[in-house]
Parts: sequence; structure tokens; C-alpha cells
Amino acid sequence: MDDQPLLSVTGVSKFYGGQIGCNDVSFDLYPGEVLAIVGESGSGKTTLLNCISTRLEPTAGTVEYAMRDGRMSDLYQMGEAERRFLMRTDWGFVHQNPADGLRMGVSAGANVGERLMAIGQRHYGNIRSEAADWMERVEIAVGRIDDRPSQFSGGMRQRLQIARNLVTAPRLVFMDEPTGGLDVSVQARLLDLVRGLVADLGLSIIVVTHDLAVARLLSHRMMVMKSGHVIESGLTDQVLDDPREPYTQLLVSSILQV
Amino acid sequence: MHESAMLSLKDVTKTFTMHLRGGVDLPVFADVSFDVAMGECAVLAGPSGIGKSSILKMIYANYRTEGGAIFVRDNLDGAESVVEIAKASPRHIIGIRHRTIGYISQFLRVIPRVSALDVVAEAATAQGRPVEMAQADAGELLTRLNVPEKLWDLPPATFSGGEQQRVNIARGFIADYPILLLDEPTASLDTANAGVVADLIEVKKAAGVAMLGIFHDADIRERVADRLIDVSEFSAVTKSETAA
Repeated sequence: MDDQPLLSVTGVSKFYGGQIGCNDVSFDLYPGEVLAIVGESGSGKTTLLNCISTRLEPTAGTVEYAMRDGRMSDLYQMGEAERRFLMRTDWGFVHQNPADGLRMGVSAGANVGERLMAIGQRHYGNIRSEAADWMERVEIAVGRIDDRPSQFSGGMRQRLQIARNLVTAPRLVFMDEPTGGLDVSVQARLLDLVRGLVADLGLSIIVVTHDLAVARLLSHRMMVMKSGHVIESGLTDQVLDDPREPYTQLLVSSILQV
Repeated sequence: MHESAMLSLKDVTKTFTMHLRGGVDLPVFADVSFDVAMGECAVLAGPSGIGKSSILKMIYANYRTEGGAIFVRDNLDGAESVVEIAKASPRHIIGIRHRTIGYISQFLRVIPRVSALDVVAEAATAQGRPVEMAQADAGELLTRLNVPEKLWDLPPATFSGGEQQRVNIARGFIADYPILLLDEPTASLDTANAGVVADLIEVKKAAGVAMLGIFHDADIRERVADRLIDVSEFSAVTKSETAA
């Protein structure tokens, strides 16, 4: 068991004037762990995700990350260049809307290859073959490599976005409602793909979702947010099968049974 | 915790608080205490609804423990320790579920697109058994449990309820856990297959595994149980009736 956390979040708060975005959130994430942040719209889960992933500077608190050499580094103390390098190489961010995470006007292959070029790869043949490899892993026919994502279905775009993020072998991937807006069968395929990648690559993931079924299928641990506060956290199956807080009991009892 | 015990419950209490019904408390049981030793199969007895399944779920940390303590003997790469389940971190529990405690129920949580053989073999490869060996072991177990070979390459999602249940049992028995929780694994199995499960339990017993189970079938219970633990002794319902 790896005893050093990959990410250590301490007392993170974000206030918008007098409004609470998220308040005093602390947790550690270890290598290979999948953490789900659940709650209704407006509960602060996306604000928290953005604060952790350096997309939104928190009002208070620290976010520390284990660099590849093992030292813990405060994300908001490091230089802009170092932070951007981290985001491009060691991290991924999967948006709910693939159009926010892809360049719709360039080919699928270029979308995946671009991240490799950003870390200094220059050999066209290598980049193309690695992009093709990744398209295969996310189950997109390699024959589509020169097509633009605008010609892809929603599920394919989402899988392409995942390939684009994973091609640099990141250790931590943030996901914001990755299955939102997809048909149920397309969702199942995507979740299955992500589960396989977590198992094969030992990825750590922080996934924001309002869908408790997604949280159950993907995550080891979960945090339930309400009005900017984490009101309950623990093992995913424990929180879902024996919820303690009134709000969590309400959420769990609101799941539609099929 | 006694030296021979693998699992020990001390004054364990369970109450569900139903906030959606005005915060009413539903006490299930109180002050449950017992040990389970290596190579022993203890069976929880008592009428349905008395909390037998809840006890197994609390040991597996699927349910929370509000009162008392549950101790489990853990072994991480040769380093022995006694873990108090309710106080362990989620990360620690995940590790214990991986190496120390197995939980077998009658219900298979189907993973889409994974073949029956791999569903079973994965439980062993996750503990480090080489893939070929795990697949051979999986095939052997599926054969014993009468799952036809022509189904092995298919995902179990489309199998009958009984076939899924037997795949799940194979998955539960293939791994090497020193502690096994058996939540009615033989429910709705025919006599022949229930007999196979009883055989598998005896093999685990001989290997020193500590088991705690629930069996409604009296024949199976008689065959595998070394000891019965009557949960109604601890039941909140029975207690309040006695008091009244």
C-alpha cells in the first residue's frame, strides 16, 4: 500500500462575495483511488473540482500534489509555467461537454496527438501511431483518425476526449459529469471503459456527478455535498447502503429503481 | 480479542435512523458479542428480519457500526494486526476487502462485457494469482457448480438467475480470504448445487478459513455449521418484548 497521498486538500473554501461556493473541504486522495463528489446542482461540487484542479483559485486552503519526484508541492505556490506543465502532462480534465475539451475543427488524430506535441514529441509517425493506439483503446475505429470530432456521435466524442487526456499517461484525471447528456447504453459503455482504464493504468480519478449510479459503479469513496459543505463521506457502498445524513437518505431514496 | 479468533464482535449495536420518517430510530439489535476462530464455520440463526444480514454487512463495513466494536485479524505482507472495522479509514477497508474478508451473497453485481470465466478469475488475479492459473481454477469451479462450458465466454448479464448465482459463488470461493462471510449463498439453489457449495465450504474450513454465514436451508446448515449463534438473543425487538 502506497502511504503517500497523491493529492492532499486542506481547508479549501471558495466564497463569491457573501455566497458560499464550497466551505472548508479537506481530504486526501491516494494513487489508484476513485473519489466521487455527489450532490444536486448548486451544491458546490463543480466549484470544489475547479478549486482542486487549479481552474479557480480558492479563497482559503491549500491543495498539495505529489510531484513525480515524490515531494508534495502546493499548487497555488508553484509558478504558472510549472502548473501548466503539470496540467498538460500529469493531469487530465474530462469535461461534461466534449466540445469544451476537444478542438472541434481539427482531426481526431490531431486532438489526441496535440497533447503529445505539448510535452515535446515531434516525430509525426510516432505521434500518429500513438494516437491510433489510443483511438483503438477507447473503441473508435482507427479509420476515423482523419475525421473531425464534429462528425462523431456524443458517445464517440466523449471517448475521444478521454483518449486525448490519457495519451500522456497522467496520474490524476478530473471528470465533470462525464456521462451527462449521454444515452444510458452509451453511458454504460463509457463507464465500463473508464473502469477498465482505472484497473489497467492505476489512475486516480476525482469525478463530479449528480448520478449516484455512476458514483457506485466507478468510485471507491464518495463525498456528499450540500450548500457548499461536505455533509457525509466514506466508502461508496457504505454511504449509499447505510446513509446517515437526512439529505443523503433523501438522495438515495430518490434513485429510480429499474 | 482472543488469540485463536479471526473475527470478534464486542457489544455491537445497530440502529437505523430514518430521517425521512421524522427521524424515527429503528433499533435492530444490541450488545452482540461473539468470536469466530480459524477453521470454524459459525452460523447466525433466528427468524428473518432480526438483523442477521446486517451483522455480516457491518463486518464488511457495508453498514456502519454505531455502538460496540468489530475486530478483524488482518495480515499485510506478513505483518499481523488487529483492525477495528468501524474506526478504519475507507482506504484501509478497501485493502482489507482485497486481502482479508470475502463476502459471498446470492446476488451477482453484473459487470457489463466481462465473460463469466473472467468475472470469476478476476477475483483471484486481483490477489496476485497468475492469469492462466486463475482461469484454470475458475473453469474448475464453474464445472463443479454445473455452469455449462459453452457459457464461459459470455458475459453473465443474460444468464438465468440460478446461473448468475453460481457464477457469483465461484467468484467468491476462488479467492483466498482468511475470513469469509456467507450471506445465504445457497438460497434458491437446487439440492445438487447446494451440496457443491457445502463441499466448497468444507474445503475452506480445512484450509483454516474462518466463516460466518446465514443459511435458511436446514440440511445445509446442519451440514456446515460448527456452532449456531442465535441472533434473537440480541434482538432489540425480542428484548423490548421481554421487558414489556
